[in-house]
Amino acid sequence: MAAAQTGMTNKSTNGSGLDPALLRRLLRARDKLDTASHEAWPVRRLAAVSGVSEAHFARSFKAAFGAPPHRYLLSRRIERAKALLRDTDASITEIAFQTGWDSLGTFGRVFRDITGESPSELRARERAEPYQLDKVPHCFVSAAQRPNLTIAVSEKRRRDEPDR
Amino acid sequence: MNQGVGVAGIYVRDQDEAIDFYVGKLGFAVHTDARNGDYRWLTVQLADQPGFQLGLFRPQPPTVDEATARMLDEAVAKGAMPPLVMVVPDCRAAWERFLAQGVEFTQEPISRFGSVDASFRDPSGNGWKLVEAR
Repeated sequence: MAAAQTGMTNKSTNGSGLDPALLRRLLRARDKLDTASHEAWPVRRLAAVSGVSEAHFARSFKAAFGAPPHRYLLSRRIERAKALLRDTDASITEIAFQTGWDSLGTFGRVFRDITGESPSELRARERAEPYQLDKVPHCFVSAAQRPNLTIAVSEKRRRDEPDR
Repeated sequence: MNQGVGVAGIYVRDQDEAIDFYVGKLGFAVHTDARNGDYRWLTVQLADQPGFQLGLFRPQPPTVDEATARMLDEAVAKGAMPPLVMVVPDCRAAWERFLAQGVEFTQEPISRFGSVDASFRDPSGNGWKLVEAR
């Protein structure tokens, strides 16, 4: 964690240490991940959106938003998949491809790593529970239900399965 | 009305730029623009909502110290400030109008939940939801 911070100036005690003008441009890239998480987002493409060099993009993004861009993308895809599982009757295969996964296996694995349950388990559980979120604008509902992905996916899997 | 919200403010990185955006692109009018030294009390208003002013404020001394001002500027720039919702009679028409003005949309209009909504940001990073009145 500390290693990721090296190279960052830390002018304010609590801030990211990044220039607000740079943060605003990084936000533009995060907005793209938010609205088009089903697309492929190599660092080159994101860096171009922000007008930042590829070398600095991932580090700056993490300093700004707390997670590396790829991990942020995975959490957004899973968030969207959860919404589709809950709100639509689309099959799990359809949802996997709709949210940007190349394979059903990868989708299922990452989904379980992040949420702790399988897509079908989540769907069954969500449908059993009534919810009253229809009065809240959709984007805020998704933000409230965003998976809290603070550690690497593989790390989480190891931690949750200590015997393996 | 016995009680109501008269002014609610947002932080912006530059108040002149904010006027260009909120007045020039979104159709607000300046309600109050009063300076006292470096401090500038700036509010804008929509013609259809005369009881409400949107404040466009700089995080700055004396209301906050320099270090806090910088943190707030960072928070705005990374989109961390609270949600704002603008209600319009026709979301797609407003989207087309704002888009033609060069407003930065982060989501095109989508029909869902019996309404239509889109999203845009102001130059500072404040995020607005543009929602069609149901």
